[in-house]
Amino acid sequence: MMNSLNRRMRLMTTSAAMALLLAAAPQAFAATPADTLVEGFAIDDIITLDPGEAFELSTAEVTANTYSKLVNLDMNDTSKVVGELADSWTISDDGLTYTFKLKSGLKFASGNPITAEDVAFSFERAVKLDKSPAFLLTQFGLTGDNVAEKAKAADESTFVLTVDKAYAPSFVLNVLTSTVASIVDKKVVLEHAKAVTPSDEYKYDTDFGNEYLKTGFAGSGPFKIREWRANEVVVLERNDNFFGEKPKLARVIYRHMKESAGQRLALENGDIDVARNLEPGDVDAVTKKDGIATTSAPKGTLYYFSLNQKNEKLAKPEVIEAFKYLVDYDAIGETLIKGIGTIHQTFLPTGQLGALEDKPYKLDVAKAKELLAKAGLADGFTVTMDVRNTQPVTGIAENVQQTLAQAGIKLEIIPGDGKQTLTKYRARQHDIYIGQWGSDYFDPNSNAETFTFNPDNSDEGKNKTLAWRNAWDPKDLTVQTQAALLEKDSAKRAAIYEGLQKEVLASGPFVMLFQQIEVAGYSSKLKGFKLGPSFDTNLVYTISKD
Amino acid sequence: MALMETKTEARRSGARASALAFSLLRFLLTVVTTYLGLLVVTFFIGRVVPIDPALAIVGDRAPAHVVERVREELGLNLPLYQQFVIYIRQALTGDFGTSVLTTNPVMTDIRRVFPATIELATVGTLIGAFFGVPLGVLAAVKRGSFADQIVRIIGLIGYSVPIFWLGLLALVLFYAQLKWVAYPGRVDIVYEYSFTPVTGFFLLDAAMQRQWDVFWDVFRHIILPGALLGYFSLAYISRMTRSFMLNELSQEYIVAARAKGLSETRIIWFHALRNAAVPLITVIALSYAGLLEGSVLTETIFSWPGLGLYITNSLQNADMNAVLGGTIIIGSVFIAINILSDVLYRILDPRTRSR
Repeated sequence: MMNSLNRRMRLMTTSAAMALLLAAAPQAFAATPADTLVEGFAIDDIITLDPGEAFELSTAEVTANTYSKLVNLDMNDTSKVVGELADSWTISDDGLTYTFKLKSGLKFASGNPITAEDVAFSFERAVKLDKSPAFLLTQFGLTGDNVAEKAKAADESTFVLTVDKAYAPSFVLNVLTSTVASIVDKKVVLEHAKAVTPSDEYKYDTDFGNEYLKTGFAGSGPFKIREWRANEVVVLERNDNFFGEKPKLARVIYRHMKESAGQRLALENGDIDVARNLEPGDVDAVTKKDGIATTSAPKGTLYYFSLNQKNEKLAKPEVIEAFKYLVDYDAIGETLIKGIGTIHQTFLPTGQLGALEDKPYKLDVAKAKELLAKAGLADGFTVTMDVRNTQPVTGIAENVQQTLAQAGIKLEIIPGDGKQTLTKYRARQHDIYIGQWGSDYFDPNSNAETFTFNPDNSDEGKNKTLAWRNAWDPKDLTVQTQAALLEKDSAKRAAIYEGLQKEVLASGPFVMLFQQIEVAGYSSKLKGFKLGPSFDTNLVYTISKD
Repeated sequence: MALMETKTEARRSGARASALAFSLLRFLLTVVTTYLGLLVVTFFIGRVVPIDPALAIVGDRAPAHVVERVREELGLNLPLYQQFVIYIRQALTGDFGTSVLTTNPVMTDIRRVFPATIELATVGTLIGAFFGVPLGVLAAVKRGSFADQIVRIIGLIGYSVPIFWLGLLALVLFYAQLKWVAYPGRVDIVYEYSFTPVTGFFLLDAAMQRQWDVFWDVFRHIILPGALLGYFSLAYISRMTRSFMLNELSQEYIVAARAKGLSETRIIWFHALRNAAVPLITVIALSYAGLLEGSVLTETIFSWPGLGLYITNSLQNADMNAVLGGTIIIGSVFIAINILSDVLYRILDPRTRSR
């Protein structure tokens, strides 16, 4: 008895010793090093870092910090485009030929000089690879067969781009600020290019370094990509050959963290310097903490839900209008998206040419009931909504479910993984889809094209825009959208987009909800941290640490 | 006499040989069917989930023709049975193809992430056995007492509480509030560039290179998920220890030992436990295999870059090659540990040999 008690005592003392050992752990936590920035960021959308292939939000940020382009948005005035590698450019009188003069003495991170040859090669490989973002360049009439002729180096420092129509120059230049127009180091890429067997789908015998650039690097931006481990980390390192102002930090680490609560914990404990995906509750909490600051910037991303016009009930004009009156915009604005979005009801985000700020809709159940009665649906009906299981869309969907119920519409929410809901949406198999849309480039055409352009509404339609996905056939709007592209007078062009927005606001099957405000919580040790106006302008080279 | 004896020996060894052949055959059959089951299940799960792998590769915004092209490249347009044949062929040759997500060959990825899982499961099992065995012994010796009840409750919680819930709770308490342990992950970023792992087992690597600060950092990372896994194996180990010990304590040799006047401590720890140790080895080995397999949730909660997290990520991204590879590896390890514990059991317990 005595002995077993001793045994027990010994066991207990061992556990106590273990606990003490832990308790005695040095409290000085390994804070992030002074020359390293650590951002907590949901980077699970990254599937490749090749600028010719990448088309995801976090990837755009990585490439923006590591690659240079001919031109870029002016960070202080996004309606302007400024030269990055290009010193100057001229546009021919017929509006078809763009001639860019490169700055002198430019170098890639590898040490190789940047020449017009590299620029031409970058365009050629993006067009020939024909990956997701290639349409941005091919919409100017570039094809695998003609790209060598239409995008070519006239001499060492002169690059000439020939487009097929006299587009509005602001449109062409804005497209050239997108990541697909990043300039890659031809020499490095070719060294790593892999031979492939040509096929009907892909008729070239090289992968243009696509496999290498998935994780590798051949750019000239302020930072180099050192490493990317999927769903774990992206590590950037200072590029000492950068032609512009050198970054103050030696290293930037994007650490994959999906949950807002986790980011908040890590930020408060000093394990990360920046938390990028905070939800309203956590934003509130960190603003109250000493040593933590927050910043925000409106982004070009819009949240909306859309009504599939293949559903007969949802196709009735009165029903479409009724849905717009059945959203409690105020409540959503004050709770679910507080600090991370502002109510917005038109399809062009604030900040883009022609964007309208009209907000005619408010929750009005009586009016909605009236409209439903007019449509012969006074008793309501049942409909489904595909909802990705992430915030804030889940919360908004539930909110809308309640307000719709007040008018007798029974909404069944079908939750799913992002890829699940999107697969269904792309196949036009949904009733209602709630989601987000970010402009592909900072020009009104990006959103106008997706919300109002649908030249072929058959299931085989080639242009699978959002209008197509919702089986909406806005005949006149399709024509107007195309016309806007050729309008060189900015004021006139803006007027066309205003008209388009009014049409969609009145009769389009899109219930626009809000425009995203990106929020970041960050350690007040950071100097010069800010978020850019678009998802690919969150630049880190200006940041330093105390 | 001598001749007769040899004959009996020969007969006996012949019977033993055929029994061995039989059990070997049965074992092979088990392995084959287990594998086949694994393959069928992973394949059909991969095809049934409403995630389009092509979409996973090209991303959210790709134009339709790009999605179509990738679908063709992946062979997703082939009839299901053809896809299945390709899948089986891949699995049999040990070539799981390339991971869509990481762009590495799946085997390369697994070689990189698996040591992390083994390290975590080892720490978990050590903790589980270290506390579980004494607790089980205590419960058996004090059968029906308050201590027995306590051990049972500890075990019950370990069995019934979802691991992710307990994990999150532990994180909030030990990381956020008390700041005793480090942020989820394997090692702090501070060390990620100053420390070169050799074996892939960070504790071992750091100790071998005498980088004690790294060792301490790794320890502070592994202790919480390790303790959590340890708790779960403790629940199982303590329960089994209790029942083995009860069995031993009721045996005649214990009565005999008591009659001889041996001290109770000696009887419990040297006689009873020694005999209970044989089946316990199987239990501990099985719980080890269980931790390797069950680390999926723990690794996800603690961002532990092991095989569990790898498979979770791959599943979310419809990266079926990686899912297949990871599943097969875990299945193989599970089978291997089962065999090993079986063999050990036979070696250690003479009774099983003579049967």
